[in-house]
Amino acid sequence: MAAAAPPILLFTDIDEPGLNTLEVYERRGGYRSLRKALKMTPEEVLEQLKASGIRGRGGAGFAMGTKVSFLPKGTMDKYLVCNADESEPGTFKDRELMQKTPHTLIEGIIIAAYAAGTNRSFIYIRGEYVLQADMLDAALHEAREAGYIGENILDSGLSLSLVVHRGAGAYICGEETGLLDSLEGKRGNPRLKPPFPAVRGLYQGPTLINNVETLSTVPAIIGMGGEEYAKLGVETSTGTKLVSVSGHVQRPGNYEIELGIPSREIIYGLAGGPQEGRKVKCWFPGGSSSPVLKDEDLDIPYDFNSLAGAGSMLGSGAIIVVDDATPILDVAMKVAKFYRHESCGKCTPCREGTNWTVKMLERIELGEATPMDLEIMASVQEHIIGNCLCVLGDAMAMPIGSMIAKFKDEFEEHIEAARMRNGLGIAAGEVA
Amino acid sequence: MSTPEDEITTVETLEVRAAEAGVRLPVTRFAHGSRVPGWDRAADLEKDPADIPGVGGSPSLEVPADLRAEIEAHMAKYPDRHSAALPALAAAQRVHGWCSPQALEQVACVMRVTPAYLDSVATFYDMLDTTPVGRHSVYVCTNISCSLCGADELYEAVRAAAGDDAEFNVRAFECLGACDIAPMASVDGVYVGPLSVQDVPQLLDDIRAGRPVLPEKQLARRLVADPHANSQEWTGENRSPAEGGE
Repeated sequence: MAAAAPPILLFTDIDEPGLNTLEVYERRGGYRSLRKALKMTPEEVLEQLKASGIRGRGGAGFAMGTKVSFLPKGTMDKYLVCNADESEPGTFKDRELMQKTPHTLIEGIIIAAYAAGTNRSFIYIRGEYVLQADMLDAALHEAREAGYIGENILDSGLSLSLVVHRGAGAYICGEETGLLDSLEGKRGNPRLKPPFPAVRGLYQGPTLINNVETLSTVPAIIGMGGEEYAKLGVETSTGTKLVSVSGHVQRPGNYEIELGIPSREIIYGLAGGPQEGRKVKCWFPGGSSSPVLKDEDLDIPYDFNSLAGAGSMLGSGAIIVVDDATPILDVAMKVAKFYRHESCGKCTPCREGTNWTVKMLERIELGEATPMDLEIMASVQEHIIGNCLCVLGDAMAMPIGSMIAKFKDEFEEHIEAARMRNGLGIAAGEVA
Repeated sequence: MSTPEDEITTVETLEVRAAEAGVRLPVTRFAHGSRVPGWDRAADLEKDPADIPGVGGSPSLEVPADLRAEIEAHMAKYPDRHSAALPALAAAQRVHGWCSPQALEQVACVMRVTPAYLDSVATFYDMLDTTPVGRHSVYVCTNISCSLCGADELYEAVRAAAGDDAEFNVRAFECLGACDIAPMASVDGVYVGPLSVQDVPQLLDDIRAGRPVLPEKQLARRLVADPHANSQEWTGENRSPAEGGE
C-alpha cells in the first residue's frame, strides 16, 4: 500500500504550462465530463454525485449530493454560489486550484448547476486573491467564447451565467450566509437559519453553495463514475482531499491525499515534520478553528469521522503544526486576536467572548492573572459555543477550549512565571 | 430627560470631584466620558435625511467617465444592482486612493444609493480604506502560520524600513491564504514569500522603483509541493508568462 503512488485527481500535472488556458485544458481532456453529464438527465448526474459520497471540502463536511437535492424544483431563478473566500487560517488549497486550473472549477460549476437546476452562478473570491481572480476572469472569458457558459450550452438546453465576484477582506464572508449578504452588496453579517440557503438564499431564491475544491472534484466524479470515486478513501470519507500543511514543517504546501491515511504520514511523510531536533507540540487538523491535537494523536486516520471521534474536525483540511519550542500562550493569543478582529459583532457571545478571551490572555501575559482565570476563560468558551447565528465564535472557542484543557499545566506555569516576573508573586492559593 | 451632553458633564463633574478628593477613578475613561471607545461620529438628529447624489432635487455630481462606466458595467452583471457595491467601491478606491467622502458620493450617484449605505459597507471590509493611506499597500500576514515562521519580526522590520514614507500603506493583515510561503506579504496584490528581514530593503526599493517585487519569491512562480502531482518536471522556464508572473 505504501509503495503504490497515491491516486491524484485534482493535482494531475497541475504545473503543466498553460493549464490555465482552454487550449491546454481541452487537450488534456477538459470539458469531456461536461459533455458526458449533459448526455445524462439532471437526476442521473445527481445520482452520480450521491453515489460518490463526496462531502463538502469547505469545512462543514456536508454530503454534497444531499445538499444539491435540497433545492426545490420549479422554474424560479435558482442560484449556485461557489465559495472561494478561503479565509480559514492555514488554508490555501483553493488558491492553487483557481490559479493553475481555473477551467476545472468552471466545468464543475456547470455540471453542478445542471444537476441542481440552477441558472445563475457566482464565484465569490476573496479580494486578496488578485492573481487567482484574474485567472478565473480570463478562463471565464474563454469558456464563454467557447459556448460553455451562456444560453443553450452545447445544445443541451441548459443556460447558465457566471460572475466572478471579488470580496474585500472579511473572514466572515466565508460563512455561507455572510457570504450571501456580502454578495448582495451589504455588510457580511450572517443570517438566522432556518431558512437555509437551499430554500431562501441569494436574493431570497433557492441557492446551492459549495466550496471550490468540492466543485472542482465534480468533473472527476462524473468522468470516473460516482461508484468508482467512492472506492477511494474510507467508507464515510470518500475520495481524495487536498491538504494544506503549514507552520513548523520542513516542506509546507498542498498535498493531495487519499482520505483515511494516518495523519503522521502527512505531517512527517509528505511535509517532512518539524525541524531537526524539534517535536510536534500540537497541531490543528482542519484550520485554526479546529480543536488542537497533540503528538500522541498523530496516528489518527485523516478522515472526517476519525478526527471527529478524536474531538476535533477535518474542517478545511488545513494542518498547522506547532513545535515544542513555541509557548502555547502565543498560539492561543494569535488565534483569539484573529477571531476578535473578524467577529462581525452581530451576536453578543461572539463579539464579547472573543474580546474577553483576548483580554484574559493579555492578563496572563502581564502577570495579572490567577489560575482561577483559566476556569473563567474555559467557561467563556463554553458559553460561546452554539449560542450565535454562525460558528465564528465557536471557531475561537473550540481551539482555545481545547488548548486550556490539554495544556492546563503550561498555562498555570505561565501564569506563575509572569506573576513572579512582574513582582506580583503571591502564591496562587491566597488569591483564589 | 438627560441628553448625551448632560451625561458627559455628569461624568466630568465626577472626575473633577474625584481629582479634588485625590481619588483615582477605578476605570480610565475616554474623552467623551465613557469607559468604552464608542462611536467616533455622533449622530446629528437635526440633520435632514440623506439624499442620493444626482437624483431628484439634489445637485448632480461630476463622476469621472471611466469610473461611471466601470460601475455601470458591474451593476449590469447582477440581478440586483446593490450587489455591485463592493466592486464599485474598489473601483472608486483605485481612482481616489481611498474611500473618501467624495468617492462614496460618486459611487452613490451612479448606483442610486445613499452615501451612508456605502459608508456602512466600506467600514466593514479590511481592504476598503476609510482613511487616507499610502499609494502602495504592503500587507504583511501575521496570522498563526506566518507568525510561527517569524512574521511579527518581519512586520516590525517592514514598518521600520518604511518609516513615515507616505507612499506606503504597511499593515499587519489576517491570513492571506499563502501559509506555504510563510512569512509572506501581499505587495499591491502580488504575493511574495518566504521573506526574511534581510529581504525588506530590496522589497521597498523594488516598490519605489516600480519594478516587479522580488520576482524570484513571487507566489506565481511556485510549483505545487505534492511530489506525486506532476508526472514530469515542469521548470520555471517552460511555464507560460501568465503563470510565471511579469
